[in-house]
Amino acid sequence: MSNAAATLPAAGGAPRRNVDIINAGMARRRAAERRFRLYGRVAIGLGLAFLVILFASIIANGYTAFWQTHIRLDIPLEASVIDPDGKRDPEALRRADYGGLVKQTLRGMFPEASGRRERMALYGLVSTGAAFDLRDRVVADPSLIGQTVSLWVPADDDIDMLMKGNIQRAAPEKDRRLKDNQLAWVDSLAAEGRLETRFNVDFFTRADSRDPELAGIWGAAVGSFYTLLVTLLLSFPLGVAAAVYLEEFAPRNRWTDLIEVNINNLAAVPSIVFGLLGLAVFINFFGLPRSAPVVGGLVLTLMTLPTIIIASRAALKSVPPSIREAALGVGASPVQAMIYHVLPLALPGMLTGTIIGMAQALGETAPLLMIGMVAFIADIPRGAFDPATALPVQIYLWADSPERAFVERTSAAIMVLLAFLIAMNLFAVMMRRRFERRW
Amino acid sequence: MLLVMSSIAYFMGRRRAFSVAQGKLRTLHSLPAYYGLYVAVWCGLPALLLLGLWVSFEDSIITHLVVAGLPDELRTLGPDRLTLVVNDIKNLVRGSIVSSKPDATMLAAAEHYRSLQSISHAAMFVVAIAVAMVAAAMTLTRIRPHQRARNAVERTLLWLLIACSTIAILTTVGIVLSVLFESIRFFRAVPVTEFLFGLDWSPQIALRADQVGSSGAFGAVPIFAGTLMITVIAMLVAVPIGLMSAIYLSEYAGSRLRALAKPALEVLAGIPTVVYGFFAALIVAPFLRDNGALMGLNIASESALAAGLVMGIMIIPFVSSLSDDVMNAVPQALRDGAYGMGATQAETIRKVIFPAALPGIVGAILLAVSRAIGETMIVVMAAGLAANLTANPFQAVTTVTVQIVTLLIGDQEFDSPKTLAAFALGLVLFLATLVLNVIALYIVRRYREQYE
Repeated sequence: MSNAAATLPAAGGAPRRNVDIINAGMARRRAAERRFRLYGRVAIGLGLAFLVILFASIIANGYTAFWQTHIRLDIPLEASVIDPDGKRDPEALRRADYGGLVKQTLRGMFPEASGRRERMALYGLVSTGAAFDLRDRVVADPSLIGQTVSLWVPADDDIDMLMKGNIQRAAPEKDRRLKDNQLAWVDSLAAEGRLETRFNVDFFTRADSRDPELAGIWGAAVGSFYTLLVTLLLSFPLGVAAAVYLEEFAPRNRWTDLIEVNINNLAAVPSIVFGLLGLAVFINFFGLPRSAPVVGGLVLTLMTLPTIIIASRAALKSVPPSIREAALGVGASPVQAMIYHVLPLALPGMLTGTIIGMAQALGETAPLLMIGMVAFIADIPRGAFDPATALPVQIYLWADSPERAFVERTSAAIMVLLAFLIAMNLFAVMMRRRFERRW
Repeated sequence: MLLVMSSIAYFMGRRRAFSVAQGKLRTLHSLPAYYGLYVAVWCGLPALLLLGLWVSFEDSIITHLVVAGLPDELRTLGPDRLTLVVNDIKNLVRGSIVSSKPDATMLAAAEHYRSLQSISHAAMFVVAIAVAMVAAAMTLTRIRPHQRARNAVERTLLWLLIACSTIAILTTVGIVLSVLFESIRFFRAVPVTEFLFGLDWSPQIALRADQVGSSGAFGAVPIFAGTLMITVIAMLVAVPIGLMSAIYLSEYAGSRLRALAKPALEVLAGIPTVVYGFFAALIVAPFLRDNGALMGLNIASESALAAGLVMGIMIIPFVSSLSDDVMNAVPQALRDGAYGMGATQAETIRKVIFPAALPGIVGAILLAVSRAIGETMIVVMAAGLAANLTANPFQAVTTVTVQIVTLLIGDQEFDSPKTLAAFALGLVLFLATLVLNVIALYIVRRYREQYE
């Protein structure tokens, strides 16, 4: 009230009335009101802006990973190299020197490459996976031997980065991952129509690899699947049973109070502590194998149990007591009333809570690092006892890799992970909408 | 196998109940299915318990027998060497790589182990099936019309439910024991005072006496300081934004904005932390470093600022949704009273609602702090490894969780102080978050009672 109130008497000299004092303060108070509102808007805006920036930067970084540059090679499949005995023995076909054939083809296309160093640069244009693609092709169809096949093989990750504009041609040669001669070869390949970006199938079907162009998320996805399967099979029955006991049958005493405090507290224990527990108990004490999805599943079970128990109890609480009383009234025992009447009504709510718990478990990384699921695993796991990684751990591993091509793959893997999470949460929301009942 | 037997037992029990009732089902105490279940439970449970016990003791008994069968010169070795030998034998049995070339005695011992194992498996199978059959037959013959089969089955079910609900307790006990046990072993090597008050952290142990830069110092103060700094930065981001958005959403926003913005903010809490870690390490940190360089600031690429900033973003929804709940719980009468006195909305919020909700908000902030201290992936990916004792947020610092991860990833032997130090840090982390959680939950509960 300083300015307006001080100037009023000086201006008019009239006696000051209360309403003048109040009116003089109003402008300031309204301004404070507007400022306060603005702070609120700014805060929400900032929160939402962070969300948008996060998604936008990940999508901008990663969408290119769904495409991969391929090179078309016309490879003469010489019988003398692949199958010298002419017996078409699959085992011999499998072991033939396809890498040599690819290199020979490249030499044939660019005969000007001479000397060891230049040849190495030339061979570096195509991925080491080219030989495996060729092998699979020949093993699947041995009649191709002796002919020349035209095959699209994945290009090396540096070529891929060049085509996607992540390697600057203008940079001085010594700072570039691709040398001038390699650039010239790439240009002539492009001029002949032998370069093409195609949908990156490998990314979705392969396991991890040291070569970015061959690295895929399928191995990690399968590992995540087994881990979550173990988690689901253990945590759903355990969580529902615990919730049923605590909500429906438990007497109110010190013991059940202790259990309750414990559950609420476990929900807030840092996830890495569960990892320490898994390492000390499941691996060192019970001697379960390291890096196995079954241990990951056990640890994540302990982690998600509180979530499931709390959600299941809420679902049980929302079933009106009249249902129970009606069942008891016609002669059902408390257990029968529970199993046949309360549980079916509470089940959708319990399932919703379980899905949300599973979504949390899917995104969890730290405890899996503790139990050794960070190993480099190039095979797709075939069971819950095989060494495996999980999707978020794969993201962590790739984020640590120095190659530029892994940055986009990491972002793409994040997009896949987020897609799974969004799908799970949407499913939970839909279930809630569909089965929500008000009594 | 046991499952099949139990289901057979179920049907036999049901049939038996029908035949005992002699066509007059009314005379049965329980529904026939309960007699079936009763027999099935007796068939399955004891055998299952036996299997569990058998499997858990099998290994140690067989090992004992094998050791007893070893030649004398091997048996008189010290306990350390003996465990090595036993490990080698087990590896031989599994057919994996052994540390030394197997000789005749080892091969013989492995063969012995294998034969004992197969005997044990066969015996276990026979005994379990025998127990299941005997128990099922005994209960089957004892079925009478007046038997209270339903009550027996329900009692068993109840005990199973109780067992499930104690898992929460077992988990806590497991955490405490596993962390405490290894920590005690660590504190035997390194005194507690040095760990808690030492200023120097370099956990690499020298393999040779003359090795450089491997002092093996375990003073955790720089780690605690780094954790504290990142947490403070995170709270400086999360508390103002979270609190103001909670206030705006609960007091000002129309229902449409609320329905849109509240779930959108909560999406931030659902994003996996590894995604935030990637965001912090690859987008925020380089951005800060480059802009800092423009302004003449020297910001490390693993600065505490980047990690703290991103962690703050992650924590916004915790602060906002909890304080939203808390402020919604403030009775409408307080608001109406303030409006009646002529206060503006902002004044009501600042002078009436906020003080009334303060305990709950403090509880929410404490929970958020506990979340920030325990957060792992963001700091593992975006914060440093070196334990610098500094107050400069532009430098790299390390945190408790980062150290746990780096100490425990990779190959490890379980008796070096280096690995045990991770468990000591885990103990500190667990205790710190436990205290914060307990205080926060207590405050929130007290606050709820005040207005109910």
